Amino acid sequence: MNLKKWVTFAAAAGFAGGAFAQDSNSLSIEGEAMVTETAAPAHMENVSTIYSGWRFRSTETQALETDDFDNPAFVFVEQGMDLWGKVEGAAEKSCASCHEDVADFAGLRTQLPRVDDGQLVAMEDLINECRTERMAAEPWEWSKGNMTAMTALIGLQSRGMPISVATDGEAAPFWEQGKELYYTRVGQLDMACSNCHEDNYGVMIRADHLSQGQINGFPTYRLKNAKLNSIHGRFKGCMKNIRAEPFKEGGPEFKALELYLASRGQGLSVETPSVRN
Amino acid sequence: MKHALGGAALAIMAATSAYSEAVKPANVAFNDGIVEASLTGQPGDPVAGRAVFADRKLGNCLACHTNTDLSEESFHGEVGPPMDGVADRWGEAELRAIVTNSKKVFEGTIMPAFYIDSGYERPLEDFAGTSILTAQQVEDVVAYLLTLKE
Ligand code: HEC
Ligand code: HEC
Repeated sequence: MNLKKWVTFAAAAGFAGGAFAQDSNSLSIEGEAMVTETAAPAHMENVSTIYSGWRFRSTETQALETDDFDNPAFVFVEQGMDLWGKVEGAAEKSCASCHEDVADFAGLRTQLPRVDDGQLVAMEDLINECRTERMAAEPWEWSKGNMTAMTALIGLQSRGMPISVATDGEAAPFWEQGKELYYTRVGQLDMACSNCHEDNYGVMIRADHLSQGQINGFPTYRLKNAKLNSIHGRFKGCMKNIRAEPFKEGGPEFKALELYLASRGQGLSVETPSVRN
Repeated sequence: MKHALGGAALAIMAATSAYSEAVKPANVAFNDGIVEASLTGQPGDPVAGRAVFADRKLGNCLACHTNTDLSEESFHGEVGPPMDGVADRWGEAELRAIVTNSKKVFEGTIMPAFYIDSGYERPLEDFAGTSILTAQQVEDVVAYLLTLKE
């Protein structure tokens, strides 16, 4: 536990809303039980239990994720379905021309990012490879609406399945790079991801209840901006908050960080598309 | 946004008038976790310091510290210890050191150093080479903290 003695003191003094660590609620989506808490993988030296970000949200926000009809992200999943069938590019093909059923992608989200031909690739890379190589269409921008709609649709096919990325073999050097970035302090505020999401999850940082910064629910619909947010978009936001120059979305640093973060969530259920504030 | 200025008009005036005499961030003398002399040679203004403490673009100290004296502000973070009675626990020279560069006092702390202008990596362009607070703002915050007695 990372509860500090003064947190108890502060709550007793009547401050800070009295939010304590993660809650004990359990999540089921459309009747299917999700794993939002499990033993941390062995490589995590400073944390014994991992939790989905869902466990740190208010009950109102939590409720929105339990039912696809209430989940505002499903408007975008619908858009993803339209894009799936839409012919684009010189080859006059749509996704559906080559892939019979999007449901065939069940399990893919749990394994990404992964190494293909010596390169670390994220889902966005796989989608853009189809667009440029097989459809002869323009690639989509990393965090734009068409891309997040498609990553939501494809990720949804793995909902409820445990995150299980490969971190050994060819993936090892990328994983090491991601770990290094996770613990490196940056920005004028001079903080690392670990300062907030490992050392201080469960406590309030002004109006925000800090979670472990898990990525099992991405792309995530944020009430704050009413759209789907990519993993790299979230990394960028956290870096800007500490007044650090963000790495490039889709660049090698963020992909390595994505792999490392995925490995810190091994065993949590894919919740895509999740709802957060 | 560019500089750590832009808070209460009072704070800006105090900061500019004292700016020329202020000790540069790199020259602040730490002795065993204390900074004895005022960074500006001038006393701090506790009223301006209170505003800097709460302002999200300046100290944003409330992000991490609860403080009963600022109960009109709705969100107080819990990352660090409460500020109630802080002046009973620390003296002026110690508080000046903590606000200037807490890492000289608490090894490995998450608390940002508010008066350094180098030594951090990858700052956003607008903040490169600047400190979060000016010397006078540090003095103002210290003066404010000294009012927090129980
Ligand atoms: C100053 C504190 C701070 C730092 C440093 C920080 N974050 Fe965050 N992060 C937050 C807050 C606040 C939130 C929103 C509440 C939450 O989920 O923790 C958040 C949310 C997230 C989320 C979304 C979690 C979810 O369930 O939707 C991810 C992923 C994340 N951060 C990753 C990172 C990474 C990677 C870094 C380092 C590059 C980082 N953060 C650095 C404060 C921080
Ligand atoms: C991101 C979090 C964070 C911010 C922002 C922050 N602090 Fe802190 N502060 C801490 C932590 C954590 C400690 C405890 C030292 C430690 O264990 O690292 C601390 C300790 C202190 C102490 C010593 C308190 C005691 O009783 O021992 C003072 C005084 C203090 N901070 C003042 C400030 C002021 C003034 C500001 C704003 C100008 C500020 N802090 C901003 C996290 C923060």
